[in-house]
Amino acid sequence: MSRALVRRETISGYLFLLPSLIFFVGFVIIPMVICIVNSLTDANMNTQGLGNFVGLTNFIDLWKDKTFREALWNTFVIVIVSVPAVCAFSLWVSSAIYKLNGKLLSAFRCIFYLPVVTGSVAVTVVWKWMYDNYTGVFNYVLKSAGLIEKNINWLGDPKYALGCIILILFTTSVGQPIVLYVSALGNVDQSLVEAAQVDGATNFQVFWKIKWPQMMPTTLYILVITTINSFQCFALIQLLTQGGSGTNTVMYYIYYTAFKLTEKAGHFGYANAMGVILAIFIGLLSALQFKLAKEK
Amino acid sequence: MNLTSNRSRAYKVLSMIILLVLAFLFLFPLYWIVTGAFKTSQDIYSTTPVFWPSQWTMANFAKLFDRRSAPLFQLGSLVGPTVPGAIRWLVNTVFMAVAAMVLTCLTASMAGYALAKKRFVGRTLLFSLIVCAMALPKQVILIPLLKEMSALNLYDTLWAVIFPTVGWPFGVFLMKQFSEGIPGEILEAARVDGASEARTFFSIVLPMVKPGVGALAIFTFINSWNDYFMQLVMLASSSNYTISLGIATMQAETSIDMGLLMAGAALAAIPIILVFLVFQKYFTQGITMGAVKG
Repeated sequence: MSRALVRRETISGYLFLLPSLIFFVGFVIIPMVICIVNSLTDANMNTQGLGNFVGLTNFIDLWKDKTFREALWNTFVIVIVSVPAVCAFSLWVSSAIYKLNGKLLSAFRCIFYLPVVTGSVAVTVVWKWMYDNYTGVFNYVLKSAGLIEKNINWLGDPKYALGCIILILFTTSVGQPIVLYVSALGNVDQSLVEAAQVDGATNFQVFWKIKWPQMMPTTLYILVITTINSFQCFALIQLLTQGGSGTNTVMYYIYYTAFKLTEKAGHFGYANAMGVILAIFIGLLSALQFKLAKEK
Repeated sequence: MNLTSNRSRAYKVLSMIILLVLAFLFLFPLYWIVTGAFKTSQDIYSTTPVFWPSQWTMANFAKLFDRRSAPLFQLGSLVGPTVPGAIRWLVNTVFMAVAAMVLTCLTASMAGYALAKKRFVGRTLLFSLIVCAMALPKQVILIPLLKEMSALNLYDTLWAVIFPTVGWPFGVFLMKQFSEGIPGEILEAARVDGASEARTFFSIVLPMVKPGVGALAIFTFINSWNDYFMQLVMLASSSNYTISLGIATMQAETSIDMGLLMAGAALAAIPIILVFLVFQKYFTQGITMGAVKG
């Protein structure tokens, strides 16, 4: 390319990028930088400017904060339980439906996607009713089936509350992975599958030796988005338990610290420090997942 | 041979049964919202759940529309007729989702085209930055974003929710994937013919990436409609609420009136579900494209 052409390409390239960059830099990059800077200060809701630089104090305080450690642990539990469950479930559903005829396939895909579209607030409100101690369907069905003797206060009991939240999160997380797996299964190289079948491979072998390796990029992507999704679990906590019954998560605690906590009202620096830690965790996990997938 | 085919048929029947049961379970919450919205309070508070309303009633919706009222819209000094608060929330939500959708599609298709087809300094760096930002949880930056919005005088306006949605880089990433497919020769031919950059973009690039724009549009619309956390942090006065935020607030105020809450949930969920069902095809395409080389 001639020099003039390179210059022309650069100028027009940036002109095309400009509108998008204004929003990206203004409302993603700048807040990210502020978040990091703020986590090193004692800024609160009323601070003008940046606040006083306090070094790593916020992070040290967080380390000592029992509530934060508990929230971090709960977040970890949610991720560890829901990510493998979502992946395994969506893989099974996809392999059961991807060969069905078009209409049936899209009907199933739709049904599993519906909880996502319904929206977190509507979903949460109806599940709250279903979990209800007195009028909920869960207690009624389980009691009728003879599985429990008396009503369980699902959301008020620390033994069950986190599990209940994970169950709702699960139903609102499988939609996208199913769409992805169905398309990945459809793209598997059929000539390899047929060759293996001619050589007498069982369905199980065909799956593990041929389909699974080819779907690795999809699995990886699903792992990453499901992890991020589970980390962000917020509406469920805020609307169902407000972090009570042992269900506090980092995301909720950030919100609580910034907007609700009375003695530290609007302690933005502290909340932002949590945000930074959360971001580091997600970054590390994503990197780890990429590494594991590459080794395989 | 016979044995295996029998076994595989048995497996197929069994997996179909499991699928149908699962489908039923996944549909149940939605069924519960819709029927609950029309149940009498007697049915709702019954300790034996009433699976089919013994009597259909509009009382819950009447109650929902009776709460608070607000002008239908406010544009500067132009004020619309007074309507129930819930209707205003719905109007706000539609406005927010449409504005986010239009702005995202426009900016992202331009940027995606540039990243895919233009060779300029800093392109690789910019693209890596976009991919990294995508892996970050959006909520982490919400507090600084709130301060920024109040500095810009946008706090408690729908724009405070719209702009960050537009800035979220997923759209650029998706449109880059779609733009990769445009043949370079066509662009070259346009340039030789002396077409301006803008002309090339609007009459050649845009028609070719139309499926991508469709996917991004429906994706942004649904995500923005349901982005509760952002709405919760950015909006303060009840006349600026979205429908999700309105229902959530109602839930905090009257957590026991399930009929009212189901009516609200139905009002929030049904429109977006209809949009989803109509544009489903694009949606599936968008999800799949976004993952390629993800």
